[in-house]
This record gives sequence, structure tokens and C-alpha cells, in this order.
Amino acid sequence: MAGVQVANVSRSFGAHKALDNVSIDFADGGFYALLGPSGSGKTTLLRQIAGFDFPDAGRIAIGGESVERVPVEKRRIGMVFQNYALFPNMSVADNVAFGLSVRGEPKATIATEVQRALDLVQLGKLGGRKPHQLSGGQRQRVALARAIVTKPRVLLLDEPLGALDKALRVDMQIELKRIQREIGITTIFVTHDQEEALTMSDRIGILRDGQVVQEGPPEEIYDRPQSEFAATFLGDANIFRGDATGSGIKLPDGTTIKASTGTSVPAGAKASCAVRPERIRISTGAAKPDPANANTLKGQVSKRIFAGNNSTYFVDRDGQTLKVIVQNTGAERLAEGQPVVLSWSPDSTVLIAAA
Amino acid sequence: MADQLAIGSRRGLKPALPLLLPAYLWLTVAIFLPLSAMVFFSFMTDLPLAGKEWSFTLGNYAAFFSQSLYSTLLFASLRLGLEVTLWCVVIGYPAAYVLAKVLKGRSREAIFLLVILPFWSNGLVRIFSWAMVLREGGILDTALNAVLPFKINIDLMYSYPAVIIGLVHSYVPYMVLTCYLTLQAIDNSLIEAGRSLGASRLQVLWRVIIPLSMPGLIAGAALIFVPVVGSFMEPRILGGRTGTFYGTVIEDQFVAVFNWPLGAALSFILLAVVLIILALAAPVLRRAG
Ligand SMILES: Nc1ncnc2c1ncn2[C@@H]1O[C@H](COP(=O)(O)OP(=O)(O)OP(=O)(O)O)[C@@H](O)[C@H]1O
Ligand SMILES: [Mg+2]
Repeated sequence: MAGVQVANVSRSFGAHKALDNVSIDFADGGFYALLGPSGSGKTTLLRQIAGFDFPDAGRIAIGGESVERVPVEKRRIGMVFQNYALFPNMSVADNVAFGLSVRGEPKATIATEVQRALDLVQLGKLGGRKPHQLSGGQRQRVALARAIVTKPRVLLLDEPLGALDKALRVDMQIELKRIQREIGITTIFVTHDQEEALTMSDRIGILRDGQVVQEGPPEEIYDRPQSEFAATFLGDANIFRGDATGSGIKLPDGTTIKASTGTSVPAGAKASCAVRPERIRISTGAAKPDPANANTLKGQVSKRIFAGNNSTYFVDRDGQTLKVIVQNTGAERLAEGQPVVLSWSPDSTVLIAAA
Repeated sequence: MADQLAIGSRRGLKPALPLLLPAYLWLTVAIFLPLSAMVFFSFMTDLPLAGKEWSFTLGNYAAFFSQSLYSTLLFASLRLGLEVTLWCVVIGYPAAYVLAKVLKGRSREAIFLLVILPFWSNGLVRIFSWAMVLREGGILDTALNAVLPFKINIDLMYSYPAVIIGLVHSYVPYMVLTCYLTLQAIDNSLIEAGRSLGASRLQVLWRVIIPLSMPGLIAGAALIFVPVVGSFMEPRILGGRTGTFYGTVIEDQFVAVFNWPLGAALSFILLAVVLIILALAAPVLRRAG
């Protein structure tokens, strides 16, 4: 096992900077999710680490050893491709055996290792099948077994669950996480899916246009996004823009919003505040204001979407539509068009310096 | 939707008949009739031309077995077919690989054109240009002597290598094309997967790419081997006295000796041998593919 250090890595295709001075430290044994919109450079970064492509500048080290001059087959990585890339001419067992057999391991060792890997992904009985006789989820697990049977130092996964339907995806997320814990391998996981990133990883890196926007544990990124992009890309957020006051911001209409988390922005500079929809209270205004929820705004319900255990209210306020999510406790239900008061705590309000 | 499908299949072949008829008619006229005429000839003592006497005989087929010359030549032709096919693999497969996996865009198109070019040139022109290159004092001889500090004599003309060179040149595009098509269909991520599992480029080639391109290699080999075994033009022009093969003997029967019955019988024996070889090779090749 080994950690991976990516330091100041840049990679351009023609004039397009696919990676722009990217530095991330992937801790040994950690589960790291790379998240970002399409074209943000996630695959490109993974390919630099794997050695399929080489950076124009910067340094990549695996287990403390610089790998600039190390070809793919010597890097001892395991990779799971988005399309699984199983060898169609080989049986499941032969696919899994491939990495051991090119290394020249004895036949008996290969057989036991392959069986162990297939058991680990719960496909112990399907070794004799050909890849085309498997379902999508089974193929995905074969690809995983094939990647880990060689005991790589790092496991790289490029949107491995992208082709699966929702239910299977959740099953596979749990299974992948279980296997990763069991063998304790450093894992770098590329995904489009923010929920997947939040539930599975120890740390998340958000990429945008080839740059790392923010990087840290999921809770930290969710609770203290450092940019509007991070706030809206990972989860939902209501964004208010105005001028910094030192303890929050002042909106153009004079309303002040207090914020006690986030970066400090000098008074007078442009800044924004982000508030998660589930942190906002919504009421008809009849009840006494709660001093803990010092931020209040008046608005009007424009739409309500019922989603079983919760409801999302869209509230119009001074030309802006705010989103509020409330648990359905069976109590009051607010009608569309009803005037409401929104309130939330400064602790739930993140101050962000304007880009 | 399902109903329509059911109706369509219940009607079976009938509605398709008017569509198939022209093709079958053409096949009958173009292949079946001449071929059956040849089968007929091969059992005759002489051609029924100019009122000559003729009767049925097995003698033409017996000639193949009674005279060792024919089987010796057939063996030489099979060897020629094998050698030419092997050279086509050796030259054509790497070319197809480079075309499919290394080159991109304009340079791929340009090289592709160069590969296809022999297809579009007339066979005789192609062979005679090789004659100019290979003969003593020809282009190859002159060029080599201009470069090398010592005098050498290159005279490949009228030799076995000349026949091989000419045939390989004529047939290698088949191998390039069939292999290109199968290589093109191999996903690059399979190559990357192999490498990430610790296989060197060579190991990936040997264990992943070649097995997956086997169908192309087999198709190319069949397309080359069969006509080369019966070839006569290249052996005759480039081989001279050394260029006597089974194909040239058959050609002689038709154009020089006018013993059509013997020529036809020899052709059918060749056809039978080739079919037997392909049938024997099929299970082995199917396993490899
Ligand atoms: N081989 C290449 N040649 C030219 N441009 C490339 C190449 N590979 C990637 N790019 C460009 O680099 C940028 C980043 O691509 P990359 O594949 O890393 O994105 P991604 O984050 O993986 O996106 P997705 O989520 O859609 O897979 C894109 O704009 C892409 O067009
Ligand atoms: Mg990608």
C-alpha cells in the first residue's frame, strides 16, 4: 500500500489546459473521490497517476517514489474502467488471472488467488463464464476482482458505477466500500455523482476546468464550501450576494445576513453567503422568532414539491427563488401563494469571498 | 408490434422470393452453369469440338495419381501458398496494427491509400514492374550498387524469391484490410487494462490483441492461400523456368495444350484438396479465434 502525491501537475492538449497546476495528497489507505463536471479533467488526472499519459509539468509519486519514468506495468496500480474493459476472449477466471499470469506466478498460486478474489466480490461460482454472459453489475465486480488480485498499491476507478441503474449502484457502492475497507487499499474514485462521493469517501476533491476548487473531508466541504461553485456543485445551496460587513453581508435592499462560518472577508468587499435548504426554517410568522435563528427573510411560497419524507418549498423573495427543505412531520402544510417567514442560524451560513 | 412480427415470420420466405430470385438466377448463370460444364468436361476423353470422337472416362483424374509430376507440383503450390500467406501475415499484420492503433487522421488516410494502391493497378502491370526492379541491371541492382562500396550482382528475376515477392505484393492488401478491420474494433481500454495489470506491450500484443484479431488473420489467410495455390501469372512471368507450379500446368492445359478435360480434372482436384485443408484447419482455427 502507498499514498499518492500529485504536485503541481499540468497537462495541456493543444491550447486546452486539461489539468492546471493540480496538487493533491492522497493518503495511504484512504478512499478519495474526485468529483467535477464533465470535462473538468478527472479522467486526465487518473490517467497521469496510472501512467497512460504523462504530465507536461509537475511531479507524481506513489509510495514516496517518483514515477515519472516508470511505465504503467511497473507502477503496480489497479484500474477499473468505466466500460469495465474485460477481455472478451477470456473466461471470468482467466480475466482475473491475467495480472498474475503475466507475472509468471505458478499455476497453483494463481488458481487459489483467483478463487479468493472472486469470492471477495461474491462471484465464486461464475469463474467459467465469458464476460458477455454476465450482467452489468457482475462485470463490474469481475473488473474489480481483476484489479485487486495483483495486490496493487493504488486502486483507480473511473466512474465504475456509471453504467448501473440506481438500485444496483447503491448495492455496489456498499460492496466496493466493504472490499476497500477489507484490503485497506488507497483508492481514487472518479464520479459524477455527488451523493456517491459524499457517502463513500474519506476525502473529496472537486475539480473544475482542470483546477482543484476545494479538497477535504465530505463534511467539511459540505458545511464550509469555499466557493459558490463548491457550494452548489456538492449539494444544494441558496446563495445571497452583497457587500461584506465584517460579520456577514448586506444585501442590495439593505437586509443584513449574519454568517459565523466560512472565510473572513474585509468589510466593504463583494461577498456571498451560502445556506443549505435543510437548514432554513419556514413558518407563517405567527410564532415568536427564535433568537438562535437570527437571520430572517420574508417571502411567498411559489411552489411545493412533495417527496415522501420531505417537501421542498420554493419561496420567492425580492426576485430571488429560495429553496427550503422540510421534513414531513404531518403538521402544517403551507399553501402556494402564502406569505412566509424564513429563518436560520448564522452558524449555518457560510461566508464566501467573491471570485 | 409483436403481432406484426408474428405475421411476418409466419409468411416465411415467400414474400422474399421476388427479391432473392435475381440473385439466384445470376448465381446459376454465372457460376453453376460454367462450373457444371467443367465438371462434365473433366470426365470426357476429348473436347466435343469440330466433330471429334469423345466418350466418358475417369482417365483425367487417374492421370493425377499415375503421374507423380502433378502431385509434386501440387505440393510445391501448397508450399508456395503457405509461404506467401506467412509473409503476408508478417508484413500485413504490423502494417494493419500501425494503421489501426498508431496513426490518426491524415497520415492514416495517406498510408491506407498506399496499401490499397496495388488493388487498383492492373495485375500484369504490377508484375512487369517487379520484373524491371528485380532483373540483373534492373532498378534494385542499380540502386544497391550505387549505395554499396563493393560490387554485387542482384538478379532475383526468374527465381523462387521473385515469385514470392510478386505474389506477396499482390495479396498483402487483403491481409492488411481484414486485420485492420478486426484491430480497429478492439477497444483501446483493453490494451490499457492489460498494461495496468502489469503486462508489457509485447505481452498485451501476444495475449490480448493477437487472439482478438484472430478472425481477421484467418479471413486474410483464407483469402490469400486459396488463390495463391492456383496462381499462374506471377509464377510464369517472374519465375521463368523455376516458375512451374500446379496453376501454370492447369493454365497450360487450357491455353497451350488444349487438353481442357485434363485441365478441368486437375482444377477440381485442387479445389477438393483446398477444401479438405480448410475443413481440417477449421476446428483448430476456431479454437484459436
Ligand atoms: N487525448 C486528448 N486529446 C485532446 N483533448 C483531450 C484529450 N483527453 C482529454 N481531453 C480534454 O481534456 C479535458 C478534460 O478531459 P477529461 O476526460 O479528463 O474530463 P472528465 O473530467 O473525465 O470528464 P467526464 O466526466 O466527461 O469523463 C476535456 O476538455 C477533454 O476534451
Ligand atoms: Mg472522464
